[in-house]
Amino acid sequence: MIDLGKYAGAVIGAYGVSLVLLGGLIWHSVAANARARRDLERQERDG
Amino acid sequence: MSIWEYANPAKFMRTTGAMLPWLLPVAVAATVGGVVWGFLTPDDYRQGSTVKIMYMHVPAAMMAINVWVMMLVASVIWIVRRHHVSALAARAAAPVGAVMTLIALATGAIWGQPMWGTWWEWDPRLTSFLILFLFYLGYVALWSAIEDPDSAADLTGVLCLVGSVFALLSRYAVLFWNQGLHQGASLSVASGERMSAVYRYPLYLAMLGFAALSLALILIRTRTEIRRRRLAALQARELRS
Repeated sequence: MIDLGKYAGAVIGAYGVSLVLLGGLIWHSVAANARARRDLERQERDG
Repeated sequence: MSIWEYANPAKFMRTTGAMLPWLLPVAVAATVGGVVWGFLTPDDYRQGSTVKIMYMHVPAAMMAINVWVMMLVASVIWIVRRHHVSALAARAAAPVGAVMTLIALATGAIWGQPMWGTWWEWDPRLTSFLILFLFYLGYVALWSAIEDPDSAADLTGVLCLVGSVFALLSRYAVLFWNQGLHQGASLSVASGERMSAVYRYPLYLAMLGFAALSLALILIRTRTEIRRRRLAALQARELRS
């Protein structure tokens, strides 16, 4: 285990916030794209 | 072959559809690799373990500015040549840039508390970054507030031109404003003092990863916008008939 010393809270907090924001952005982008593709395919198929 | 061929939505969808299956995994791998490598670097003799925050903060700050510059180019193409894909690409990029700006602001504040003794300071670079973030939010809100897509693209294009002042200020504020806490550029071609290779190489990889990830996400989101536009056109045609 890496010893982050007295700044462990700051380092883990910074990585945590960044990864949550990046993960959320990736998830939102991929999910919105999948939904848009599904909706368009349904419209093109069913009219 | 001309670059303007990609202004054709069908051509754009075909090309990006072929690119994304390899671009996204490479981008995620480079980002994870750079960030993990950075996390494993030794403590700095002055900053201690907080030096590891740089591997999130610097690439995110770089992309916060570069995404706005990309939006500026796309907006100018829309205003001059009226290519819809460029307007949609600018719209798609804004949330990516906003998240990058937020990461830069948050990690900067978390680093600043132990190093500067304060979460926030009205320093030229910090302030111009906060204004850039507000411009991103305003840009996203303006797109959502206007129903006609061409009018929305026109007005957000103008907003993007105005906001570019703050994007440039965020990048260059430390060069011509001496007051303030924020240090100069972490990496500079002109700089005589070079960062140790132990820290520099993971930072290069993280920067490459963030750049590739931003590009992949902007392409995915642009494809989403094109599909939504097509869906709206089909639904409008159906209503008319």
